[in-house]
Amino acid sequence: MPVLKADFEACQGYGNCITGAPDAYDIDDDGVVVLLKQEITDEERPRIEEAARSCPVSALTVEDS
Amino acid sequence: MSEPASSVRTVVVVGSSVGGVRTAQALRSEGFGGRVVLVGDEARLPYDKPPLSKQFLAGSWGTERVALLTEATADQAGIELRLGVAAERLDVAGRQVVLADGQRLDYDAVVIATGAAARPSPWAARSGVHVVRTMSDSESLQADLRRDDHVVVVGGGFIGAEVAATARSLGREVTVVDPLPVPIGRVVGAAVGSHFAELHRRHGVATRFGTGVESVEGEAGNLRVVLTDGTELTAGTVVVGIGATPNDGWLADSGLLVENGVVCDEFCRAVDAPAVHAVGDVARWFHPDRGEHIRVEHWTNAVDQAVCVAHNIAHPDDLRADRPVEYVWSDQYDWTIQIVGRPHRATEHHLVGDPAADRPRFAALYRGADGQLIAAVTVNWPKALVTCRRLVAAGSTFAAAVTQVEALAAAPARTAGAPA
Ligand SMILES: Cc1cc2nc3c(=O)[nH]c(=O)nc-3n(C[C@H](O)[C@H](O)[C@H](O)COP(=O)(O)OP(=O)(O)OC[C@H]3O[C@@H](n4cnc5c(N)ncnc54)[C@H](O)[C@@H]3O)c2cc1C
Ligand code: SF4
Repeated sequence: MPVLKADFEACQGYGNCITGAPDAYDIDDDGVVVLLKQEITDEERPRIEEAARSCPVSALTVEDS
Repeated sequence: MSEPASSVRTVVVVGSSVGGVRTAQALRSEGFGGRVVLVGDEARLPYDKPPLSKQFLAGSWGTERVALLTEATADQAGIELRLGVAAERLDVAGRQVVLADGQRLDYDAVVIATGAAARPSPWAARSGVHVVRTMSDSESLQADLRRDDHVVVVGGGFIGAEVAATARSLGREVTVVDPLPVPIGRVVGAAVGSHFAELHRRHGVATRFGTGVESVEGEAGNLRVVLTDGTELTAGTVVVGIGATPNDGWLADSGLLVENGVVCDEFCRAVDAPAVHAVGDVARWFHPDRGEHIRVEHWTNAVDQAVCVAHNIAHPDDLRADRPVEYVWSDQYDWTIQIVGRPHRATEHHLVGDPAADRPRFAALYRGADGQLIAAVTVNWPKALVTCRRLVAAGSTFAAAVTQVEALAAAPARTAGAPA
C-alpha cells in the first residue's frame, strides 16, 4: 500500500494539504503538519497525491511501500 | 499506464511554472495515459516563484530548493519538455499550438498556463531599476543588493513588502514608497493594514505612504527618485512592485475571448472553445459561488485549478467546477501572514490577539453583510488559519467563528517540536 511521508522540518504550516485531504493531514498547535494515517489505499492515492503536491514547500510525498 | 478515459490523446500545456507543471503532473494522477507536452519560453527547468522575493532573493535557498520539476521526474511521469521556446499563436480551429521556432504542436486538449508578467517600471533610468517576477530578475536584484547602498521599493503590496523585508535582512537601508496611505489596506482593510505599515517601521524600514513617484533617473549605484511631493531620495537600487498583467498577448488573434485573462466557464474551459483550458494567473474563470468571473494571482489558486483542469480533461463525463476559497500567504520580516477569503468585502472585523506585541500571534476575523465569516487574516498562527479556512468554506457564522478562535487562543501552545 502507498505510504505517506512528511518532512516536518520543512513544513511551514501553510495548510494546503489539509484542505485537499483532511482525512490524511492535520496541523498541530505549533503549525506543523500531522499525518493522520501511515498507509493509504490505491483508490485514494490520486486525491491524496494531489493534496501532497499542493504543499508550497514540497514537504509531503506519497511513496510506494 | 491505463487507456485514456476520454478521446483526448495529446494534451499540450503552455507555460511551465506552477500552474503548468502541476497540471501535467495531475493529469497522470488522474489516470490520463496519453501524451503530455509541456511548453515553456524560459530555457531553465521549471521553478517556483514565491521564494524569489524571499529565501531565494536572500540567498538562503539555492536553485534546487525552488525547482518544480527535474528532467528525471518529468521523464518518470512521461511529461515531454519543450523548454526555451515560446508559444506564439493558438490555432483553435486547427487544434495546434504554433511555437516561435515555427513548429506546430497538435493537441486534443490545450491548457493555457502562461501566467502573468510584472508591470514594467514606468520610469526609465539607465540601470539599477528592477522588477521581480522571474528567477533572472531575482538573481540580478540579488547582485545589486550586495552593494551597501540605499534601496527604494516602489509599491507597498505583498511583493514590495517582501522585497523590503529581504533587503533589510541583508543589512540594507530601505524606503518603501506607495501612493496609498495604507497599501495592504486595499486587501485587509485600513485598520488591520495599519499594523502592516507599522511592521516596516518596527524593523527600521522607512515608509513614504500616501506619496507617489514622479521620476527615477540615473544609473545603478546612483539613482535619484523624485516623489510627487517634491522630495528627492537617492538610491543605489530601485525595485518596482506595482502589480502584474496576464500573459495573454499571444492569444490576440486566436478568436478566444480574452479580457484581462482568458475568459473561462466554471470548469476552467475557455468560453466557446471547450478543448481550451486555462489555469493560474492568466485564467479569468466563472466562480460559481462568487457569481462572477475572477482572476486570482495566488499560488494555491494555480495549483487548485491545475487539479481541476486535469480532472476535467481526464474525466470529461464527470466535470468538476472550480470553486475555491481564496488563500494567499506572505512572509514579511518575522511575520508569516495568511489570508483566507475576501477581507475587503467585510462590514466589520474582530481581532484575537495583539498585533502590536513583539513577534505577535493574532487573527483578524471578518464579518460579511449576512453575518457569516467571510475572511480571516492570521499572523504567525497556522492553526487559526486552518480553522478559519474550514469555517469560511463551511459558511460558518461570524459569531461562532469568533468563539472558536478565541478558544484556540486560550489553549496553551505546545512547545515541543515536530511530532514523531
Ligand atoms: C516574487 C513573487 C512572490 C510571490 N509570492 C507569493 C506568495 O507568497 N504566496 C502566494 O500565494 N503567491 C505568491 N506569488 C504568486 C504566485 O507565484 C503566482 O500566483 C503563480 O506563480 C502563478 O502561477 P502560473 O503558473 O499561473 O503563472 P506564472 O508563474 O506566471 O508562470 C507562467 C509561465 O509561463 C511562461 N510563459 C509565458 N508566456 C509564454 C508563452 N507564450 N509561451 C510559453 N511560455 C510562456 C512564463 O515564462 C512562466 O514560466 C508570488 C509571485 C511572485 C512573482
Ligand atoms: S501544505 Fe506543506 S507546509 Fe502546509 S501544512 Fe501541509 S505540509 Fe506543512
